[in-house]
Amino acid sequence: MQTRFPEKTLPYLLLAPSIIIVLIFFVVPSVQSLYLSFYRVSALGNKKIFIGLENFTRLLTDPSYLNSIITSFEFAIFVVFVGLAASMAVAVVANQRLRGFGVYRTLLIWPYALSPAIAGLIWAQMMDPSIGLASHLLEILFGIRFNYQTNGQQALLFISVAAAWKMLGYNIIFFLAGLQSLPTELLEAAAIDGAGAWRRFWKITFPLLSPTTFFLFIMNTLYAFFQVFGLVHITTEGGPGRATDLMVYKLYRDGFEGLNTGYASAQSIVLLIMVAALTILQFRYAGSRVHYQ
Amino acid sequence: MNVQTSAPSKLTVSWNWDRVRNRIITPTFSHLVMLSVLVLLLFPMFYAFLIATQTPSQYYEFPPRFIPGSSFLENVRIAWERINLGRLVFNTSVVAISVAIGKIVLSVTAAFAFVYFDFKGKAVFFVTILITHMLPLPVRIVPTFELIDQLEWINTFRGLTIPFFASATGVLLFRQLYRTIPPSLADAARIDGAGPLQFLWSVVIPLSKTNMAALFLIEFIYMWNQYLWPLIIANAERTRVVQIGLKQLVDTDAAVDWHIVMAGALIATLPPLLLLIIMQRSLIEGMSLYEEK
Repeated sequence: MQTRFPEKTLPYLLLAPSIIIVLIFFVVPSVQSLYLSFYRVSALGNKKIFIGLENFTRLLTDPSYLNSIITSFEFAIFVVFVGLAASMAVAVVANQRLRGFGVYRTLLIWPYALSPAIAGLIWAQMMDPSIGLASHLLEILFGIRFNYQTNGQQALLFISVAAAWKMLGYNIIFFLAGLQSLPTELLEAAAIDGAGAWRRFWKITFPLLSPTTFFLFIMNTLYAFFQVFGLVHITTEGGPGRATDLMVYKLYRDGFEGLNTGYASAQSIVLLIMVAALTILQFRYAGSRVHYQ
Repeated sequence: MNVQTSAPSKLTVSWNWDRVRNRIITPTFSHLVMLSVLVLLLFPMFYAFLIATQTPSQYYEFPPRFIPGSSFLENVRIAWERINLGRLVFNTSVVAISVAIGKIVLSVTAAFAFVYFDFKGKAVFFVTILITHMLPLPVRIVPTFELIDQLEWINTFRGLTIPFFASATGVLLFRQLYRTIPPSLADAARIDGAGPLQFLWSVVIPLSKTNMAALFLIEFIYMWNQYLWPLIIANAERTRVVQIGLKQLVDTDAAVDWHIVMAGALIATLPPLLLLIIMQRSLIEGMSLYEEK
């Protein structure tokens, strides 16, 4: 318990700037998003008609919105599960009291400094259908003609790989830190009792690592849904067709290119519900299962 | 009896497997894994750098030559002139530095208020600041844009920076730290007749330096890499940021000049990457703080 100072108004003054900014730029606009989602707004923004839940029923029947939900989830599943599985596998294999671990960590964190947009550009260059090194190798080694500019599935794979790649180093560092803080006695006891390496991993290491895994799961999920707009905008622009039209990208197109602000606000509310669900999951899970120490 | 006879054989099998495993997963093996992961992970960045130094005829060659080409300065010059890169880097620096400092100031004062004072509505204020975690930009994008428009902040640095000043991460980070400062320090300050602001300035802030550095680095990179917000509210020459500038570099009717784009991307990545390399230690400390929270 800290000592308290007796001043009565000072704490309000200290908090005021933060609270004012949160209210003006976060809370009020979010409430307005909800309000706007019940209206149809003319393109010039001068006429508003109350239409109840029509924006939401339209969303659920709009094939292009359903497409962007599916695309977003496919993308997120790749980024989160493939990304986490790969980084966990690397971390488990490399988890020794390695000399020079600091050097690996120093270099692994480099891609953290890249923006998703630049990560996208780097991969777009390597995957370029006519001169890209990676697309060239794919053709020579496996006979795959990789063209993210014309093939929708390949385009989705391309942005997923670029996005997951940017997070790999960050994930590996957290997994290694998590693994090195595990109690070794349990693993040794299990080995003496005759549990094999595979079994020890699933029965002991994996559950004990779950706080780290869960933290990374939340960070990667938020990243996959909310922080990859630049990656899509600078490379595929949602195409070819609408194959990489992630939810945030579709929201931008409808709200700022189509000027359909009511409809875009309804999409904002769908995203709000998703963040709220993640937050509830975070509180529940953090409260019940992940704390072992 | 059966159980007893079968148990030892099981034990031997898994011990054998362990011996095999221990023979394979030696420190050398772990180093090999980490090295190949590093090469795979950093190769795209390295290759992008190579392209940035080459002339088209050099990077059209197959098999590729993995050595720097002869055209680096020329490529940077062309990129610099095409999109006015100097201006873009300047704008982005102004935005990233002011937001990082703004977030530090606001979260230090807010955290100080939460830890060192008792006041009405404390819990409500705390939740209000935390709620920003649940309201990423896409959730409130249309009304926030309209607000900036009404304030006449479109294409201004105010519009690019002020909405980002509040920081739940920062408040949590400093609140955690301030709770661990020995209460005797504040007691001593009060006995000496020092007011809370004097205590904040001469005791608390000097103790916050490591966390301030970590937060500065994280928020600088975060702001440097912003894309969606600058795209919708500040896409004029005077206020454009470097990520959006790169989009102009790839938007051509002809084939993309990848050597120019990669040269531009390299310049756009250097400031956050150099800062990351210089301030590595504080980031690792900041990350572990973030995870403990």
